[in-house]
Amino acid sequence: MAKVEITVNGVKHSRDVEDRVLLANFLREDLGLTGTHIGCDTSQCGCCTVHVDGLAVKSCTMLAVQANGANVVTIEGMAKNGALHPIQQAFTECHGLQCGFCTPGMIMAVAGLLKYNPNPTDEQICHGLEGNLCRCTGYINIVKAVKRSAELMSGKK
Amino acid sequence: MYPFSYVKAKSLKEAGEFLAAHPDAKLLAGGMTLIPTLKARLAQPSHLVDIGGLAELAGIKEGAGKLLIAGGTRHHEVATSDAVKKAIPALAYLANLIGDPQVRNRGTIGGSVANNDPAADYPAAVLGLGATVVTTRREIAAEDFFQGMFTTALAPGEIVVRLVFPVAKRAAYAKFPHPASGYAMAGVFVAETATGVRVAVTGAAPGVFRWKEAEAALGRNFNPAALAGLAVNADELNEDIHATREYRANLVAVMARRAVAQITGK
Ligand SMILES: Cc1cc2nc3c(=O)[nH]c(=O)nc-3n(C[C@H](O)[C@H](O)[C@H](O)COP(=O)(O)OP(=O)(O)OC[C@H]3O[C@@H](n4cnc5c(N)ncnc54)[C@H](O)[C@@H]3O)c2cc1C
Ligand code: FES
Ligand code: FES
Repeated sequence: MAKVEITVNGVKHSRDVEDRVLLANFLREDLGLTGTHIGCDTSQCGCCTVHVDGLAVKSCTMLAVQANGANVVTIEGMAKNGALHPIQQAFTECHGLQCGFCTPGMIMAVAGLLKYNPNPTDEQICHGLEGNLCRCTGYINIVKAVKRSAELMSGKK
Repeated sequence: MYPFSYVKAKSLKEAGEFLAAHPDAKLLAGGMTLIPTLKARLAQPSHLVDIGGLAELAGIKEGAGKLLIAGGTRHHEVATSDAVKKAIPALAYLANLIGDPQVRNRGTIGGSVANNDPAADYPAAVLGLGATVVTTRREIAAEDFFQGMFTTALAPGEIVVRLVFPVAKRAAYAKFPHPASGYAMAGVFVAETATGVRVAVTGAAPGVFRWKEAEAALGRNFNPAALAGLAVNADELNEDIHATREYRANLVAVMARRAVAQITGK
């Protein structure tokens, strides 16, 4: 067992965790933050994407102990005071989801992408979302939602 | 995952000593290979010794015709580093093709070369540029370091500290990724170095290798046309559900031509 102190969405949590517990399971089972999804066993689907110290990572491919002392943001930390984050709003407007299973990870990956490239081209969006699989949408509306996110985040209505 | 104990190393020395005292312990860097392996129960280490974030394994430096990249440098840092883009742009380009952004945000160059996956990208650059692998014990030339599928010259407990890349005159990398995994079905790194043209191939065979015939042909005439009619020996390549040997041999030739064309512009 290890003692960890992890800040998640601005709240500090101290817990004892088994050394082999994945960050994704810690978030879901210890903290009850089930917005972070687990869609595969092979680190390929990206449903579990969260930000650790500002970087988008697959929380199923990181141990909770590796996040000791870190600052984690999950999908639950995106909306502020009841208002959707612009990326969440854009996914809603553009029909960027169907079943929604991939969406939390997609949104966290988009947030990571737009941090480095606030105005990406279609090609850069596809390259930037290579780590996220969607079984429903065919990606077209996801790409639209990313472009709309970029607009909303640069202040365009 | 089988149970193990997690240990956060405070220094390379501490990590090395811990590994020496615990033969079934394993280093953990970015975890992008090791954690999926543990999840699939394909390994059962007693301990994971975390070297992530060690200051001794951080940093990119350039000078005197060499580019030094510390073992703990993440793929994303190599892909976006101004020093790498200036000295060896093909290396930044290659790093940006590894996996996906989330993998590049955690995976490290030291972990990638130590793992020596036959379909990994970095081994092509390390061998193609004639780099040196500096470990906690010695310096190892790329030719001696890679020893076939998942095998390297590293002794138990030896840690990759940095890679030293001689700056090439010109270099390029062309990769045909597997459409699902993103790993190379064939990847070819071509470099015009101070000691001649080097061509390194990953993804196609059980381990990264130099394609000497292509090197000789490009040494005479550095042009995609110089590769016309040349082929790697398909008998020595991998065959699996994704591709036959012959298909991979063809991919190698096509990737080599594309890499040279990236440099010459035709
Ligand atoms: C979805 C996905 C897609 C990927 N696609 C690609 C791809 O397209 N191309 C590609 O090349 N790779 C790909 N990878 C692998 C990725 O590049 C890994 O980051 C890399 O292979 C291992 O680096 P790491 O730092 O994560 O090492 P870890 O997983 O932490 O360690 C890997 C191995 O190396 C050992 N090790 C780690 N660091 C050192 C060191 N400094 N010295 C000695 N031994 C060490 C560890 O003990 C372990 O055995 C992919 C991975 C995933 C999950
Ligand atoms: S759950 Fe699929 S990548 Fe993490
Ligand atoms: S909306 Fe169903 S998987 Fe993406």
